[in-house]
Amino acid sequence: MARAVSSRHRLVFTVLGWAVGLLIFFPILWTVITSFKSEGEAIASPPSFVFFHWTTENYVEVQARSDYFRHFANSVVISVGSTLIALVIAIPAAWAMAFAPTPRTKDVLMWMLSTKMMPPVGVLVPMYLLFRDTGLLDTRTGLTGLMTLVNLPIVIWMLFTYFKEIPGDILEAARMDGAPLRKEIIHVLAPMAVPGIASTLLLTVILAWNEAFWTLNLSAANAAPLTAFIASYSSPEGLFWAKLSAASTLAIAPILVLGWFSQKRLVRGLTFGAVK
Amino acid sequence: MGRITLDHVAKRFGDLAVIPEINLDIADGEFAVFVGPSGCGKSTLLRLIAGLEDTTSGKIAIDGADVTPLPPAKRGLAMVFQSYALYPHMSVYGNIAFPLKMGGQDKAEIDRKVRGAAGILNLTQYLDRKPRQLSGGQRQRVAIGRAIVREPKAFLFDEPLSNLDAALRVNMRLEITELHQTLKTTMIYVTHDQVEAMTMADKIVVLNAGRIEQVGSPLELYRSPANLFVAGFIGSPKMNLIEGAEAEKRGATTFGVRPEHIRVSRDNGDWVGTVGVAEHLGSDTFLHVQADGVGPLTVRTEGEAGLSHGDRAYMTPDPARVHRFDANGKAMR
Repeated sequence: MARAVSSRHRLVFTVLGWAVGLLIFFPILWTVITSFKSEGEAIASPPSFVFFHWTTENYVEVQARSDYFRHFANSVVISVGSTLIALVIAIPAAWAMAFAPTPRTKDVLMWMLSTKMMPPVGVLVPMYLLFRDTGLLDTRTGLTGLMTLVNLPIVIWMLFTYFKEIPGDILEAARMDGAPLRKEIIHVLAPMAVPGIASTLLLTVILAWNEAFWTLNLSAANAAPLTAFIASYSSPEGLFWAKLSAASTLAIAPILVLGWFSQKRLVRGLTFGAVK
Repeated sequence: MGRITLDHVAKRFGDLAVIPEINLDIADGEFAVFVGPSGCGKSTLLRLIAGLEDTTSGKIAIDGADVTPLPPAKRGLAMVFQSYALYPHMSVYGNIAFPLKMGGQDKAEIDRKVRGAAGILNLTQYLDRKPRQLSGGQRQRVAIGRAIVREPKAFLFDEPLSNLDAALRVNMRLEITELHQTLKTTMIYVTHDQVEAMTMADKIVVLNAGRIEQVGSPLELYRSPANLFVAGFIGSPKMNLIEGAEAEKRGATTFGVRPEHIRVSRDNGDWVGTVGVAEHLGSDTFLHVQADGVGPLTVRTEGEAGLSHGDRAYMTPDPARVHRFDANGKAMR
């Protein structure tokens, strides 16, 4: 044992860890609990935690009022679609940067990432006009295309860091074995990079799913994903806390489930580059 | 069918001329070894032949046909890497079959060839395993198997034994030499270990800073090194290189004599000195002697010599086995 940790130390840090975890999780927990209250109880003060009349009336009304499944389908199409297209573009791009770098490669990477540093609201007006004039407003195509471009720098960056971990001489061996570039990527690179590609895929789907700014501004009725679904419950008529909570829970549930089952991969993906 | 010719081949990385210019001929069926210190350009030269790097200028020809513009896949060569470079997600069978799959051969043919290669290399019972379940020596054999099935015009080995322990290295050395005798294909082998070079090669190419210092058979290089560099590189322990009065007496700037060509005696000899460190290997003893008026010498005696630290010893170099070098480091004949 390089460092002795007393059991009291361990107890303190365990409690601390749980406290921080619960603190971070609390908003979600509260939202879920509120979604099962009636409107009156939702705004009651002091708020009740467990002992109230549990009801599912909010969920019923939310589904009746606005079509949850249409919004859900839009979210799926936009986030999964944009991620897959981004992957198809990013894999060759990251390959080129990782295995055939030029003196300009670093600059290109930095420039790509720099586009994420600008607040999107800066280009809201031109984008809106572009979308309107090309008929892409409120279309799944438009939003999917936009999400692809918005997340592309991150996808390329993450894949680049994974590809750099792959020993170059395995790809050279494939070249010596007669594989043209296409087969080198499909048969050798991709299978070896599967953990990295999976992590990137998951993270990008989550980012696209949660993206609110563009989806709210560039969609109306047809292509509105779940982000718009939630927003529609904060109306000028007042805040219907309980229904809002129900809508929010319905919106984040799929991604929470996905995240739960893939948490190992996600953590590995996000921390991988750090240990080098 | 595996004659390789390098014609004025040069390689520059920006301003750095890693290989200023090389002309070399390797005959069909020859086992040629590129040897030299780290950074001498031997791996670069191999990669130029393989097609993994482009030449800055010059021509590379295989059997008379110019292959310089061709990619690696089209040159008909196979390479065994220092790190084996096996495909980790494929089984041993998959690894060996991969080049045949890329060549578009049918399943039955692939199966026959893979099992054939596995048989030669004693890999048949490992065909279903993944590389991570194999030992270093087994992985190296898979890499060789993957090269064999291509039936290439020449094999290229890039320091393949560097990652193995000493005992395994000796075994694999023998296996590769036997393989060469069975297949009779041209083999180009890169190493920094001059023992591997001496024991395996038909022809050794000694490289230094991108230039060829000498080309010849192992014994040629041992008996007649062309310059100081080759003299000091080939032979272990290193040849004793002596300057000053002793060299001038023999009409040279430097004169060299190998440790095994100096006779040691307690009673008489040309030189006398004090023994410093005595290295006892059992079969030989290497004495590091500070010879009066000559300098530090390494001397070999057979068996277990009675001399140890602090003893006085007489040494006589064999006059027939002395090498003389001029002021430019070139051998004087």
